Amino acid sequence: MMEKILSRHFFNAEARKLSFYLNDGGYEAARNALTQMTPQQVADQVIRSNLRGLGGAGFPAGRKWSFIPKDSPNPRYLVVNCDESEPGTFKDRHILEWTPHSLLEGIIIAAYAIGASQCFIYTRGEYLHYARMLQAALDEACQAGFFGKNIWGTGFDLDVLIHLGAGAYICGEESALLESLEGKKGWPRLRPPFPAVSGLFGCPTIINNTETLSYIPAIIRYGGSWFAGLGTPQNGGLRLYSVSGHVKNPGVYELPLGTPLREIIYTHAGGIRQGRKLKAVIPGGSSTPVLRADEIDVRMDFDSLAAIGSLLGSAGIIVMDESTCLVKALAVLAKFYHHESCGQCTPCREGTGWMARILNRILDGQGVRDDLENLLRVAGNIRGTTICALGDAAAMPVFSFITKFRDEFESHVLQGRCLASK
Amino acid sequence: MSLQSFSDRLLSEISEILARYPQPRAALLPILHACQRESGYISRDTETAVAELVGIPAIDVRETVSFYSLLLDKPAGKYHLQFCTNLSCTLLGAEESVAAACRKLGVHPGETTRDNRFTLTTVECLGACDLSPSLQVNDDYYANMSAEKVNELLDKLK
Repeated sequence: MMEKILSRHFFNAEARKLSFYLNDGGYEAARNALTQMTPQQVADQVIRSNLRGLGGAGFPAGRKWSFIPKDSPNPRYLVVNCDESEPGTFKDRHILEWTPHSLLEGIIIAAYAIGASQCFIYTRGEYLHYARMLQAALDEACQAGFFGKNIWGTGFDLDVLIHLGAGAYICGEESALLESLEGKKGWPRLRPPFPAVSGLFGCPTIINNTETLSYIPAIIRYGGSWFAGLGTPQNGGLRLYSVSGHVKNPGVYELPLGTPLREIIYTHAGGIRQGRKLKAVIPGGSSTPVLRADEIDVRMDFDSLAAIGSLLGSAGIIVMDESTCLVKALAVLAKFYHHESCGQCTPCREGTGWMARILNRILDGQGVRDDLENLLRVAGNIRGTTICALGDAAAMPVFSFITKFRDEFESHVLQGRCLASK
Repeated sequence: MSLQSFSDRLLSEISEILARYPQPRAALLPILHACQRESGYISRDTETAVAELVGIPAIDVRETVSFYSLLLDKPAGKYHLQFCTNLSCTLLGAEESVAAACRKLGVHPGETTRDNRFTLTTVECLGACDLSPSLQVNDDYYANMSAEKVNELLDKLK
């Protein structure tokens, strides 16, 4: 039986209840951390585990915690990024629905490690239904004394507030998330200062993704080395791969870091629907450079994907078969980034609009010879010139789609002909 | 909705929300959500009233409200159909589902039916690509909403 951590009880409604979680050994790791370990010992286990930031950036989680200044007189905050909005990604929704106590227990451990007594869980507004499930779990855990004052008699206090966003992709970007949490529009902040030094309300703040925090109880329970051993070097443990698009069985699959993309698509997600041929795969959420069908033997970890010029990101795998028009697919993504650009930086605000308009014109059969070079030029002017990564996220699909599938784009522009097989 | 017309229940919910945040402005989104639950949208009067309660200029509330897609500046119909048209849903036929709903209701995306029962909008990724094509109706998600299933659902909601 392959090892599973978070998904062991997916689709079992009982599992979201506190009694079920406690029977499964739940909250023992948090209790041990608070009563037997120093905050530094907790952080050391997380560093040893090679747990990476699973929101998409892949930054080593334990090292992020170490950036909190030791001498700040201000309160410290733990903020949970549960704004899951990267197209192709739906793992955090599964955590809220099926194993909310894993997240809550992870929050206790992380808050203790960084010395925070207030935590905010920022959840996208569309997830209201799932946020209510999380609130019900939190209420049960508060009743049991796992949150509030003097937890397990240790003198450690922790209050958690679930905060609903209101519809804005950009608020998944951590500094925009902080602005939004402060009641403002979600405009990313210039860094430095980084949030660990000056974050929410100008206080030291650690922002961790929902999935990242949810793995922490298992790391404390079984040890950092155990978790590290489940993955590949520098890429510890398991993660939740969201698979969607033209596969037989879309869903969330929990597998080791470094599992080959081919295995995820063909063994776990059942392969391509209707016996069709694979054409292209986006490996880590819509922002990550697309892969051709002959590139899917790559191992799904942060370093292996970077080595072939893509990114693991949020592990949102979008599978496209031979019937897909990649000009259309890119136009859909370009419209998304145009819609979600916050408008702060000119290259992104203007450039995403131009990319969307040019692609739509091509789809309408009105493409002109220079369009592809113009698309690449606009994308090049966005890349690296904006405050946050949304600009790069909008540019990367344009570069990768046009570079890897140039014949499809040229056919549309020059002959007005779509190469997708119907 | 001016401040005088806020119900006692809403006012007490707002003061509970304010008490939970270290700074009043941080309570703005939850307060606006509460107002929208009460009256279906955020009017300019509501913005002014909320500004007074939070202690910030009304223009700051306007700026926040206008930034977020879930905060509505006009009421939606009884059923707010929000079709995801991002990539995974489009790959599995979201455009056909939207077209079917538009045909059946006689509206374009962004419009409300004359009887105010349905508002139809297209939205970006709902985080439900495993359920593609996905549809959110008010607070609830619907899965695998092919054109045929959309028609069936609309018949039920009519």
